Amino acid sequence: MEHIELFFKSIFIDNMVFATFLGMCSYLAVSKKVSTAVGLGAAVIFVLAVTVPLNWLLDQYILKDGALAWLGEEYASYDLSFLSFIMFIATIATMVQLVEIIVEKFSPSLYNSLGIFLPLIAVNCAILGGSLFMQSREIPSLGLAFTYGIGSGIGWFLAILAIAAIREKIRYSSVPPALRGLGITFIITGLMAIGFMSFGGMLTGGDEKKEEKPAVEAKVKEVKVKEEKAKEIVAENTNINE
Amino acid sequence: MGLLSKKDAALIKDPLLDNNPITIQVLGICSALAITAELKASIVMSISVLFVLGVGNVVISLMRNIIPSKIRIIVQLIVVATLVIIVDLVLKAFAYELSKTLSVFVGLIITNCIIMGRFEAFALGNGPWRSFLDGIGNAVGYGIILIAVGFFRELLGSGTLLGFKVLGDPIEKTGLYAIGYENNGFMLLSPMALIVVGIIIWVQRSKNKSLIEEA
Repeated sequence: MEHIELFFKSIFIDNMVFATFLGMCSYLAVSKKVSTAVGLGAAVIFVLAVTVPLNWLLDQYILKDGALAWLGEEYASYDLSFLSFIMFIATIATMVQLVEIIVEKFSPSLYNSLGIFLPLIAVNCAILGGSLFMQSREIPSLGLAFTYGIGSGIGWFLAILAIAAIREKIRYSSVPPALRGLGITFIITGLMAIGFMSFGGMLTGGDEKKEEKPAVEAKVKEVKVKEEKAKEIVAENTNINE
Repeated sequence: MGLLSKKDAALIKDPLLDNNPITIQVLGICSALAITAELKASIVMSISVLFVLGVGNVVISLMRNIIPSKIRIIVQLIVVATLVIIVDLVLKAFAYELSKTLSVFVGLIITNCIIMGRFEAFALGNGPWRSFLDGIGNAVGYGIILIAVGFFRELLGSGTLLGFKVLGDPIEKTGLYAIGYENNGFMLLSPMALIVVGIIIWVQRSKNKSLIEEA
């Protein structure tokens, strides 16, 4: 259940592009044609799905405060979290190199159309952002980290697909000359982000109910305990009276 | 300007307007949008980028002849990551509250496209002094847009600038609020950042027709 919740949350509510503006550079640069947008989106999904769990392991067993405890007691007090930027980016750069080699081997046409943008995935904020958000939101397990990676990748994919489709259509409309190209893309993205904000209510409603239930139960328990205590006291008093 | 030749001065001046990293080169948008709900955060972010880009450009330019071109991306990333760790630790030490607001976006300076873009396009082919000027110019051009967006969003969204209530007090109904003015809370939400940048681009391109893209 929590997998499904995190999955939808990372696609719609915390959408990489519309909620946190990650990966905007390539989002704006590669969204002129739907076909290239799909290619880049797929690459982002793949890289995120691999790097987020990998960086989760790094964070959990090397970087976190006290994470080195598995090496022995004398290492338990080490806190290497200040190294996380450099470790994460090294993992990402390596993985991107790997993806580049794989794509070049299996799909030369995709490789040619992506051109310069494949190496740029290494400096795509969405990838590093995925790992950093994974760290700062303290995602508890490897499985959830994987779900989060895939989910945010799909969210990014959806966003770039949508904007590419709109930009293909908008070529036939008469946009004011000064807004043409970049300006109108910004404004459309803003409007799409407003649309995506409406997903915000989707899961929070459920969360509130969940929180309420235990609270009510706890209150009921409290009341019961109080009643029992009162009964005991009454019983004691009657005993004394007798 | 005795210190700067005409060519060098152009390195600083160009990125401020006609070749602005955000509105023309379309680099480094992510952070420009996410942290601009407050003016203070935008200013701190601009200074951080100024430091990282200025120093990073010099470092890369000094090493440009000994970096093998195949692994240059990794070398660049390591240089940026080191500088960003310094910025992050300094912020945590001296402005802890602010570093909480900026959260992961300090770390995301590493992947700010402006930095990698300038390393690739300029520092790898030019000497340290020129690279330094180029870095400063681009960082200031980035900062101008960041501060402009932060200024409008904070002013219209919460009626304050750097936390000072410049438009009067909304609760006690003083200043502008006395005549029925209301804050536009929508400006604080993320979509408006995009629209504000869009409008800035619009204004800039209407003034300088040569920047207009062909449809």
